[in-house]
Amino acid sequence: MTTVQPLDRVVIRFAGDSGDGMQLTGDRFTADSALFGNDISTLPNFPAEIRAPQGTLPGVSSFQVHFANYDIMTPGDRPDVLVAMNPAALKANIADLPRGGVIIADTAEFTKRNLSKVGYETDPLTDDSLADYQVHGLDLTGMTVAAVKEFGLNRKDSSRAKNMFALGLLSWMYHRPVEHTIGFLGEKFAKKPEIRDANITAFKTGYAFGETTEAFAVRYEVAPAPMPPGDYRQISGNVALAYGLMTGAQKAGLPLFLGAYPITPASDVLHELSKHKKLGVTTFQAEDEIAAVGAALGASFAGHLGVTTSSGPGIALKAETIGLGVMTELPLVVCDIQRAGPSTGMPTKTEQSDLLQVMFGRNGEAPVPVLAAQSPSDCFDTAVEAVRIAVTQRTPVFVLTDGYLANGAEPWKVPDISSIDPIDPAFATEPNGTDAKGEPTYLPYLRDPETLARPWAIPGTPGLEHRIGGIEKAEGTGNVSYDPANHDYMVRMRQEKVDRLADRLPELGVDDPDGDARVLVLGWGSTYGPITAAVRRVRNTGRSIAQTHLRHLNPFPRNLGEVLRSYEVVVVPEMNLGQLAMLLRAKYLVDVHSYTRVRGLPISLSELAVDLQTEIDNLPGEEN
Amino acid sequence: MSTDVSTSSTNVAGVVRPQGLLGVPLAVEPLNRKDFTSDQEVRWCPGCGDYAILAAFLGFMPELGIKRENTVIVSGIGCAARFPYYVDTYGMHSIHGRAPAIATGVATAREDLAVFVVTGDGDSLSIGGNHLIHALRRNVNITILLFNNRIYGLTKGQYSPTSEAGKVTKSTPLGSVDAPFNPLSLALGAEASFVARTIDSDRKHLTEVLTQAAAHRGASFVEIYQNCPIFNDGAFDELKDVETADASVIRLVHGEPITFAGGRLGVHRTANGELEVVEVAEVGTEALVVHDAHAEDPAYAFALSRLSASGAVTRSPIGVLRDVQRPVYDDQVRDQVATASGGRTATEQDLQQVILGRDAWTVAG
Repeated sequence: MTTVQPLDRVVIRFAGDSGDGMQLTGDRFTADSALFGNDISTLPNFPAEIRAPQGTLPGVSSFQVHFANYDIMTPGDRPDVLVAMNPAALKANIADLPRGGVIIADTAEFTKRNLSKVGYETDPLTDDSLADYQVHGLDLTGMTVAAVKEFGLNRKDSSRAKNMFALGLLSWMYHRPVEHTIGFLGEKFAKKPEIRDANITAFKTGYAFGETTEAFAVRYEVAPAPMPPGDYRQISGNVALAYGLMTGAQKAGLPLFLGAYPITPASDVLHELSKHKKLGVTTFQAEDEIAAVGAALGASFAGHLGVTTSSGPGIALKAETIGLGVMTELPLVVCDIQRAGPSTGMPTKTEQSDLLQVMFGRNGEAPVPVLAAQSPSDCFDTAVEAVRIAVTQRTPVFVLTDGYLANGAEPWKVPDISSIDPIDPAFATEPNGTDAKGEPTYLPYLRDPETLARPWAIPGTPGLEHRIGGIEKAEGTGNVSYDPANHDYMVRMRQEKVDRLADRLPELGVDDPDGDARVLVLGWGSTYGPITAAVRRVRNTGRSIAQTHLRHLNPFPRNLGEVLRSYEVVVVPEMNLGQLAMLLRAKYLVDVHSYTRVRGLPISLSELAVDLQTEIDNLPGEEN
Repeated sequence: MSTDVSTSSTNVAGVVRPQGLLGVPLAVEPLNRKDFTSDQEVRWCPGCGDYAILAAFLGFMPELGIKRENTVIVSGIGCAARFPYYVDTYGMHSIHGRAPAIATGVATAREDLAVFVVTGDGDSLSIGGNHLIHALRRNVNITILLFNNRIYGLTKGQYSPTSEAGKVTKSTPLGSVDAPFNPLSLALGAEASFVARTIDSDRKHLTEVLTQAAAHRGASFVEIYQNCPIFNDGAFDELKDVETADASVIRLVHGEPITFAGGRLGVHRTANGELEVVEVAEVGTEALVVHDAHAEDPAYAFALSRLSASGAVTRSPIGVLRDVQRPVYDDQVRDQVATASGGRTATEQDLQQVILGRDAWTVAG
């Protein structure tokens, strides 16, 4: 008799060969959990190779999903359940599974040949080496093939539905609703009825197997998480980013023009935006990264909202054109979906190591506002704000996200678009000055005295014909100028224009519930989840700790120096070698403690929690 | 002719708007060269071929009959790239080699703009080669003016991708060992739908070619032989000197037999399909190739482009080598958007629906 045990949270990792459909399996489990009402957080992890040699360690692809009845912050450090579709998947992931964890493995793939491919001399499922775990060796392939026999597929196509069998079994174990996945499969394979029926049957058979088998003594329940009322959907960072860009353009009344060149992990933004021509979105797949940003800048010159999306190596190639955007003072949104570097690095793995590149990676004094998103859904808000700054300040703006945010998913309370403030492009339509002869003329570099933004006259506007370019501009007229004093002035104006943004940004708030914390942990970007989870853990031990997180990296919030100086120790966790820490030390002369991890994975919350406790306990006068 | 008069329109002055300028509003009042002349002092070296090109351009622009404010000139870097400052339209003097990419964005965003790219041999054949070939391949509705002086002028005299082999310059004291490009062959290889060549000193021909280039819908590529009096003076003398020009310039006129040297020489197709220069007296006028700029097969235009050796100007074909119609990138991009949206501007509700998606759920209050 199966008993039902309630749980607060569960982490499942689906792992298999690149061709086993683990990403799809994880996606479906996530979608069903989100629809059920759990809070969710996910971590897809896959090789850059599309199909590495079958059954090998480099070919292992995994998808981790964390679901809970409360608001969770991370996809979890370590899984409770590991679904291993072959020996390579087991070997690559077993070290992360805590003792006592559940392993569900497809015994059909644990052949002598597959075992030896990854260096197993004996079968770990039967040789007692996994005695500390709860091992369920099941013939997932065999049961799938038998279940879908009636559809007349060959063995290869039949066995490919085994991921859906596994999904069905896990759906039974965790009381997931099944109708959405059945509907999804029906649509996905609508044009291939036999494949559709095989997948649905495998899914249902997996579920039924859980019900009838006596292999599993316990079934689990994770109740829905309480969430504020509203309409929700599941969202990944890249899709949220695309929606934010579309919303910003809509709010500005400008057609969105994306110039992009395919690059991991940014391509999904191009894919998503290319679906929305109906909303007036134009996407241009350029011949290279330089043309992608060049066309975007050209579109901005023509009065559209020019956007380009890429990752670190592509951003390096775009640098000169972004500098041209700084000089011509045109709106341009540049999204850097960071990945592990340097050079090609690890394209499918996450990192935050482009901060200094986007801050300084251009010739000359070329300041660009920089914003960073802190969660998948936050990519939406960040993109809208980036569009607002780009359009109103006439400047390129960087949006930093990373591979973890890009592919990770979470539930999102869909915002009411009508509640977002409009963005006014305020195109110039009339002359704004007089020339030497006293005739009305257009001065393209006559700045707004408050914001220092220049006017934006687009082609087609009679009487405002003018030329801009990369050569230094004379204040006001925008004519070519080599005048020393003018250059000094213009360099300072371009810097001041960015610096003054801080006056309009909200002050940085600090979460310090007890008000007596001596240690502040300060992060930026996607470390928000792990830092917040670690801070909760530290507070649960009775220690006080303060937390804050930066959205604005250039300019910094105007009270940042004051915040930093309010704590005895400021810890700055980053997935790089201390890039934000360097900026903070340089600007504020505060000796922040840099905490760095560059493993291509999100920072481990349990490790961070322990290290934060140590920081607190090492302070003089702490008794903990 | 590529110009389809039936879909053209005219303004009050009777100016015919050709295919290449469809969608660009016509000027209400006739304009003159003064209207297109900016207030900026022209700063090319005395005797530079760029002056002649600018003069021809300022004379030709009013003839197009379009609104001045709907004209955009994008340039890269180099001597030629200063061009936009001297024309009182909208313009961008951008960065080295990238003008075709920027112009692609401008032209794709706005159907109502006439977009020109001004570039040089270093700008578009060296650092910007990639953008040039892709703009031509896509057939973006832009007109590219390549000022070919076969030298780097602004950086003070290094050899360029069109300099002849063996050229001694500051960077090649023992002579260049680079093999030069033939720009026409390159453009044809990049699937260009309009390919022409003209000479800075021949204002009438320059104007005629530019007019045809602007009239062509799609990417128009015009190589302009341009003399640099400082670093490569006389590079095109063979085509300009009275004594040699006759035998060196092969003027192409659509529908007419290709002859030059006062009718003494002509172009003949050999039995195996190659083009060769022959004495007309030996083969007879009827055996000469009749120039067909609209030939679909680019092999013919390519063969014409090879009549002069790469890096040499002897027997240069001058005129429009190729002028054919094929789908235009920016037109098709706009068509896809227009078809998808049914021509209506998306509302906030449309966007809200997209963002909500199909798998949303509601948490009750």
